[in-house]
Amino acid sequence: MPRGSYELQRLVPDVKRSSRSYWNAHLAGVALGLTLLSTFVLTGHGLGASGFPTALAARTADMVSPALAASNQYLGPMLEDGRNPLDAWITWQVLGVAIGGLAGALVSGAFRWHIDGPTHLRTLARLSMALVGGMLAGFGARVAAGCTSGLGLSGSATLAIAGFVFLMGFFAAGVAGGFAFRRLWR
Amino acid sequence: MSLPLNLAGPGSGLVLGSLFGFILQRGGLGNGCKLTGQLRLEDWTVFNVMFTAIIVAASGLWILDATGYMPAAGTFVPAAYFRGALAGGGFVGLGMSIGGYCPGTSVVAAASGRIDGIFFFVGLVAGTLMFAGAYDRMSAWMQADTPLPASTLPELLRMPGWAIIAVLALIAASVHLWVTRGERRTNAAAMKEALR
Repeated sequence: MPRGSYELQRLVPDVKRSSRSYWNAHLAGVALGLTLLSTFVLTGHGLGASGFPTALAARTADMVSPALAASNQYLGPMLEDGRNPLDAWITWQVLGVAIGGLAGALVSGAFRWHIDGPTHLRTLARLSMALVGGMLAGFGARVAAGCTSGLGLSGSATLAIAGFVFLMGFFAAGVAGGFAFRRLWR
Repeated sequence: MSLPLNLAGPGSGLVLGSLFGFILQRGGLGNGCKLTGQLRLEDWTVFNVMFTAIIVAASGLWILDATGYMPAAGTFVPAAYFRGALAGGGFVGLGMSIGGYCPGTSVVAAASGRIDGIFFFVGLVAGTLMFAGAYDRMSAWMQADTPLPASTLPELLRMPGWAIIAVLALIAASVHLWVTRGERRTNAAAMKEALR
């Protein structure tokens, strides 16, 4: 960090204060890249995320209405022969993400039960936005057959076309949405 | 010993997942304000973390393949469903611009005590069920989306892998330089304002 930049942070608290407690982005990127590379070496595939909520959706549907779940063209194959879709590597990996995320928050003193997001909105509005955003992302991850982790990060690391095409769609729609909803998020 | 080891048990999942979650949290990617800040082009953390990680992992995979320690044929490469990847990526990006996260980062957010992260995750499960409900109607569109014959950029562009990685590194470095130049200018202006 160049000299004077600490003073600048004190003088202009909004500019950088929130990022001071986080790792440098490029160092975090190197650490993430090495973790991803290790994942390929140890398992033959990359890191993921959306596979777990997908398995959870199939399991939930199966518990609520086994007949409906089994007859569904998308969920049915995941439940064939009484299989439990949660009995998969991705379940352990996402459980690991939660443990690692908790550990990161605890060691940095950042753990706190709270509702993040646009602070000028009411609680109900913020939680509704999170729910709707999650629905769109959950739907999209199934359309793409992967998410930012599985396709965007892991796919792109294998130089897969699908990975980069996903990232183009992700950033194009995300930036369009980012500017469209900027008043909500400030 | 041949690589990859093809481990599939809970141990590798828990250890690698924990590293993934820890790094995402410490990198600031469990913070919805930082993630949406990227989408407003105000905070370039997401871009810098992701692109650096892709370049590091891709370089490692290329070296392992070129030296014969781990042939690329043994690692999973997603098929190039062009429409699905583009449209699906769009939905995930739109979801982040409204809800603040993507699937993996919502788990990190929830684990650091963010209740909106939990709601986002519940939304993911609901969105998956909506997809399953609409699947019959969408299956024609999905099946018409045949994957491209090539699944990787080196195959598609007929370029060696190292050249693609070099181009990616050049793009990442240029974006970083361009953004930090802009940021320095903004900071200098803010400093001047604060000192006045």
